[in-house]
Amino acid sequence: MKRYDVVIIGGGVVGASIARKLSQYRLKIALLEKEEELAFGVSKSNSGIIHPGTQNPPNSLKGHLCVQGNYLMRKIAMDLGVDFKEVGELIVAFQENEIPELLRLKKEAELLGVPGLEIVDRAWLRKREPNLNAEACAALYAPTAGIVSPYRVVYDNAENAVRNGAEIHTLAEVEAITKKDTFFVIRTKKGIFNAKYIVNSAGLFSDRIANMVGINDFYVHPRKGEEFLLDKKKENLTNHLIFPLPTKTSKGILIIKTSDGNPMIGPTAEDVESKDDLSTSDEGLAKVISAAKRLVPSIDENDIISYFAGLRPASGKDFIIRREKSVPGFITVAGIQSPGLTAAPAIAALVCRLLGESGLTFKRKIFFHAHRKKTIHLFTISPEHTKSLIRKDPAYGDIVCRCEIVSRKEIEDSISRGARTADGVKFRTRAQAGRCHGTFCTSRVLKILAEKCKKPVTEITKRGKGSEIVKGEKRVA
Amino acid sequence: MLRERELIIVGGGPAGMAAAIAAHESGVRDILVLERDYCLGGILNQCIHTGFGIRHFKEVLAGPEYADRYVNQIQSIPEIEISIKSFVVKLTREKVLTYLKPGQMHEVKAKAIIMATGCRERTREMIHIAGTRPSGIFSAGLAQRLMNIDALLPGKEVLVVGSGDIGLIMARRFTLEGAKVKGVVEIAKTTRGLVRNRVQCIEDFNIPIYFSHKISKIYGRNRVEAVDVVQVDDTYKEIQGTLFKVPCDTILISVGLIPENELMEMAGVKLDKKTNSPVSDGLNKTSIPGIFSCGNSFKVYDIVDSVTRDSILAGHLAAEYLKGAK
Ligand SMILES: Cc1cc2nc3c(=O)[nH]c(=O)nc-3n(C[C@H](O)[C@H](O)[C@H](O)COP(=O)(O)OP(=O)(O)OC[C@H]3O[C@@H](n4cnc5c(N)ncnc54)[C@H](O)[C@@H]3O)c2cc1C
Repeated sequence: MKRYDVVIIGGGVVGASIARKLSQYRLKIALLEKEEELAFGVSKSNSGIIHPGTQNPPNSLKGHLCVQGNYLMRKIAMDLGVDFKEVGELIVAFQENEIPELLRLKKEAELLGVPGLEIVDRAWLRKREPNLNAEACAALYAPTAGIVSPYRVVYDNAENAVRNGAEIHTLAEVEAITKKDTFFVIRTKKGIFNAKYIVNSAGLFSDRIANMVGINDFYVHPRKGEEFLLDKKKENLTNHLIFPLPTKTSKGILIIKTSDGNPMIGPTAEDVESKDDLSTSDEGLAKVISAAKRLVPSIDENDIISYFAGLRPASGKDFIIRREKSVPGFITVAGIQSPGLTAAPAIAALVCRLLGESGLTFKRKIFFHAHRKKTIHLFTISPEHTKSLIRKDPAYGDIVCRCEIVSRKEIEDSISRGARTADGVKFRTRAQAGRCHGTFCTSRVLKILAEKCKKPVTEITKRGKGSEIVKGEKRVA
Repeated sequence: MLRERELIIVGGGPAGMAAAIAAHESGVRDILVLERDYCLGGILNQCIHTGFGIRHFKEVLAGPEYADRYVNQIQSIPEIEISIKSFVVKLTREKVLTYLKPGQMHEVKAKAIIMATGCRERTREMIHIAGTRPSGIFSAGLAQRLMNIDALLPGKEVLVVGSGDIGLIMARRFTLEGAKVKGVVEIAKTTRGLVRNRVQCIEDFNIPIYFSHKISKIYGRNRVEAVDVVQVDDTYKEIQGTLFKVPCDTILISVGLIPENELMEMAGVKLDKKTNSPVSDGLNKTSIPGIFSCGNSFKVYDIVDSVTRDSILAGHLAAEYLKGAK
């Protein structure tokens, strides 16, 4: 039976970042994910913001990891060929008497080490953010805020980890863990895995995994956030990420720039019962629209082309990242709510340290492939570049998705790189993510998936078993 | 140097084909038709039901038959060059077009352009329906394509949202394929579609139709499991106590069409914010001289016969413009 040095449970941004980090060393690593693809948990539905580190409680673990993560993400994005755009953020005050609050946020953030903060005035705002509500009188400007595609961060970390020898097993839900002598026996839907060390980064379900080894002192509460995407035509709605003053439970409803160009408004923050509840609501929409319009009055409901909900895996106020003294070799990474995407690279570094403290020895590989060739998206490159690509491979000229201009070649490549479902293709390429919502390309994407995966079309799913796109072949007349 | 063409027509559906043939009749001798699909005919190819051509051909034809008549005619005219699998990605005010096709990318300048890019369906996202986002939600047109072109059955227990023509026709189509259509839910007091479709597709099959109702929530994590249906008053507000749940595995959305005019928008053609049609001082004209528009991308027509009639005019207009420009 295969024995691993480290098994990571959960293939979200945290698990994938840890896998890549560990793949630098001479270790046998496996990442186990219950869904059909990585990034199908919390990491697929978030705001994609690389936070600068503002709006965190002073001296919190998440505050420190956020600031470090913001710094580390740049290099990782560069190495992995993920687009990182430093757009900066504005936390906006509407009344003079809110300015002390801005100053307090500034001071707290400075204590965490957030660089470049500045209070800007009305004139600055008018000039640099013309669509912002004219009543805004000042803002805290954090220039280091950035944006990334959250799924691509997961996929590209994972792909690079595999290139460096890590194994990834999807559809491998962990069902039980026992300790035998010096190693763990992990029973999954895909068989047994033995490991000396376990990292539990199972997001919303990290409490369940912890329970399996007898750790019962935390519970993960889902806190829902509904988000609404606007048409790409409105890409230049704002120049920065726009935040209101934060409340006790959340950063509030934001105007977000996303790395693929669609502005986004949201998220709400509402505690829910079920870890499955990804529904959106009329109340959520109303709340988001009214809050967003307060920041940018020209926002038009009719520009919404899509919406979704994500669940923050909340457990208390801070992240829980620790080595379990009662279960030697077991590392808990739980309660990774916002800013978990930002903090992921710093969390990975911290987990390495904790593994070291638990006795794991790290030896660097002689050959570590730090770089990954950037994935090509026709919608981001110049016409000259497109032309030369089409000359090399005709399939770049075969356009499948009309709204986002995605070619057959990009879709085929995404499948070679691991996409198995329609959503997997969408997250990687943007085919079906535009204003027509797959009306045009779904039938085409379906066929390419079936062909490349050598499966009947009837078995192709939206996001895993049970979500088959069609119900069957038509009976022959 | 950019290659220059007399007339480029974007879109090889009924509108584009009729415009090309008409322009040729009016004397234009250099015409390029760009079509992104792998064949001409546009949306008619998936409309295998009959009812086309009653006015224009005085015959009752199926969609593909109607298209074929034009395909045969256009292919017999040597001065019309047809380029399929050709996807236009850019259009400028100076009438420079960029298009991609497998293995090639071209930039061409046209003296005149006719945009005949058709329309697209409004989506679930545009009308905001609360609830989950499982598989099993299709626009009526996508369901039609999956069934009639790809020979797949999208679902077995179907609820149709909106009573647009494609939705009504698909209700009948699903029934004929052995699926159960649970009903058609229409927020207005009457059908949006043609009366004949209401009679022949819904009433003849005893499919319940709920006027002044809307769906207010979608259930199901992986696949659609049910929807909430609720009655609305004259201001489209939900009426308390009227909500009922309909179990189903598929939702067809048929809530209207919008002209697909992103390329014209790119070129700076003025579009009506509400209808997405070009703002124009006459049929088939746009705010940029020499750029014409016809068919469903000019405005959404009920029947293809009207598309053909107006597209013929667009062809003549472009020819006249080209004569004037000489
Ligand atoms: C609405 C919203 C907006 C947000 N915006 C931002 C933002 O802008 N910036 C930011 O930094 N953060 C943001 N966050 C937070 C961020 O998304 C999360 O912190 C981050 O994605 C958590 O990643 P994860 O890997 O811990 O969890 P996940 O992505 O959920 O990964 C855990 C994985 O474990 C798998 N798993 C669970 N149980 C098992 C099992 N038994 N066996 C195997 N696998 C299992 C799950 O399927 C899942 O894939 C936002 C969150 C939400 C909800």
